[in-house]
Amino acid sequence: MSNEETKDKRRVGLFVTCLVDLWRPNVGFAAVKLLEDAGCKVEVPRAQTCCGQPAYNSGDLKDTENIARQVIAAFEQFDFVVAPSGSCAAMLKLHYPQLFATDARWQERAQALAERCYELVSFLTDVLGVDNIGARFERTVTYHDSCSGLRELGIHAQPRRLLAGVTGLKLSEMDDANVCCGFGGTFCVKYPDISARMVSDKQENIKASGADTVLGGDLGCLLNIAGRLKRQGSAVKVYHVAEILAEMATFAIAEGEEPT
Amino acid sequence: MKSNAHAFKARATVALQDIKLQKALANAKSGFVDKRLAAIDALPEFEQLREAACELKDHTLAHLDYYLERFESRVMAHGGHVHWARSPAEARAIVVDLCRRANARRITKGKSMIGEEIAVNEALEAAGFEVVETDLGEYIIQLAKEPPSHIIAPAVHKTRDQITELFHDHHRKYGREERVTEIPDIVNEARQVLREAFLSADVGITGANFLIAETGSTVIVTNEGNGDLTNTLPRVHIVTASIEKVVPTLEDVTTMLRLLARSATGQEMSSYTTFSTGPRRGDDLDGPQEFHVVLVDNGRSRMLGDEFREMLRCIRCGACLNHCPVYSAVGGHAYGWVYAGPMGSVLTPLMVGLAEARNLPNACTLNGRCQEVCPMNIPLPRMLRALRVHEFEERLTPLRMRWGLGVWAFLAKRPRLYHTASAAAIRVLGALGRKRGRFRYLPLAGGWTRARDMPAPGLRTFQSAWRRAHRRQRP
Repeated sequence: MSNEETKDKRRVGLFVTCLVDLWRPNVGFAAVKLLEDAGCKVEVPRAQTCCGQPAYNSGDLKDTENIARQVIAAFEQFDFVVAPSGSCAAMLKLHYPQLFATDARWQERAQALAERCYELVSFLTDVLGVDNIGARFERTVTYHDSCSGLRELGIHAQPRRLLAGVTGLKLSEMDDANVCCGFGGTFCVKYPDISARMVSDKQENIKASGADTVLGGDLGCLLNIAGRLKRQGSAVKVYHVAEILAEMATFAIAEGEEPT
Repeated sequence: MKSNAHAFKARATVALQDIKLQKALANAKSGFVDKRLAAIDALPEFEQLREAACELKDHTLAHLDYYLERFESRVMAHGGHVHWARSPAEARAIVVDLCRRANARRITKGKSMIGEEIAVNEALEAAGFEVVETDLGEYIIQLAKEPPSHIIAPAVHKTRDQITELFHDHHRKYGREERVTEIPDIVNEARQVLREAFLSADVGITGANFLIAETGSTVIVTNEGNGDLTNTLPRVHIVTASIEKVVPTLEDVTTMLRLLARSATGQEMSSYTTFSTGPRRGDDLDGPQEFHVVLVDNGRSRMLGDEFREMLRCIRCGACLNHCPVYSAVGGHAYGWVYAGPMGSVLTPLMVGLAEARNLPNACTLNGRCQEVCPMNIPLPRMLRALRVHEFEERLTPLRMRWGLGVWAFLAKRPRLYHTASAAAIRVLGALGRKRGRFRYLPLAGGWTRARDMPAPGLRTFQSAWRRAHRRQRP
């Protein structure tokens, strides 16, 4: 993207997502860097917590609506709302408007927000027209397509396009890259045995791909996958795709100060 | 069939440890998925066909009364009879009565899910009739005294070795002492045993994949030809069908057929597509003397008027089961009733009650693959979520879950408190997990840490780190 186009800076509100906020702040900082490098002015409203999916997917519509109102009010001042997660972005973009079917005023506000809301990688490629980040990462990676991003927002080619421009990076696709890893938000708490089976299938596919690094766009899946890989003693590293694109891959998910 | 859906969780855990079941499921999964994909890739207009079929079905459902009455009048015009059943009990009573009036002794059956739904075999056997399932898969599970585990492949949970043993146990009475181990030999043995049943049956009962309002025909789609022998050889042919099976015209059926086999087995068409229109006419060489259709409602007319209406578009292809990672992991029996997988997780709570089957709509990651492959584009994830809303509103959610959710929501609605509390909690967790970067065990997360580590957070939340950085930059 040329310098002229970025002159009038787009104001982007970063929807951090609760998992990134709590578990992996580095993903949030990587998102900020990517957005700023692409010419955006990024702000982080303090009045955000979570998108409300734990309540929404548990049938608790009242709490979901209240949380949605809070998010809408905190973000409606921005030109764009961007989240480093397909799942949370889909919640804001597709599900918030459905919540207020009988409340015309909030429906309108939810719809207005929905139209300006994007998942990070697809925002960079589809809206800002970024096609080469100019990063370097010399490893063989495999990419896990998180379900909401893939099926609700159509995110599949975008991360692969940006990764193709990363110097030194080799992409080795795994079988069933588009099959759920078994995280599923509250699912992994309610049905841990089934979830464990699903993530061990995922781990087998990762292993068979020969990659030494797994990337994805949703932290929930990545925590699940990294947790399973580490339990199995795997040396495969797990990062959010934004950390690689922003060249901010420090220690990998589930790896600490001690060498593993 | 009595529902065991309440025990889903325990049944799933057992299924996950069943090595033979896991082997059978692994074999089935890849076959179905790859074959469907190849069939659809070879048909560029699949997506348009899918849209046309949805429109067609939505139109039919909007005028269901008209098309059902039209169907009834055409069946009668051809000399057949139509019986209306509101409930499974009414349907069973009608079928048993028809068999009694036919002075039947032996009854052959074609594979049909509505037969399972209304539990017609149990009723017929209790009334003293001999019932023989003639679809190979159904025959196998009838011998094993098990319900189907898949709507199109009822014995998909069985390995070949298990079938060999089952045939060995049950076929010795026909003088067959040798174990058959190769697939063609297994099929051949079943064929020979079933031949006698086909030739001596008094009544044949089939389901229907479609009912045609224009012609009064019932349509079955099979791969083994057993359906044809069931509906042409006996004196009486009884079709059991649910009311949403009706489509307006013969041509409409061709649209649906093009989707059905491709989605189900990856075939362009099934080996047999059989249209039954009334009993044998004067110059017909074969066919039954009597032709009856039993139309079953069982809650479907209620679904027509509520948020689950689109479920009535379902053509029972099984694609959602084949692509569901939960179904692939636990198999159909874990679901505890007739229908399994995503479509079963919607239908079962609607038919046997949410209190009984509340686990089913919850045992789903909402990954959306089912809707993606559904030829009728049924919004299964939306419906599974809708059932969770009913569950929450009817206070069927387990208390622990409800309380946990309540505490979380209380905080999530108060950002200031949330950030303070989360920063403090993360500081502790972060310090504890700093060295290893993960936990092998965490209190309250025992389910998670049984099979995987819990990655540790950092020392600060994003919000607190961001705040610090920005205070420094812009005082």
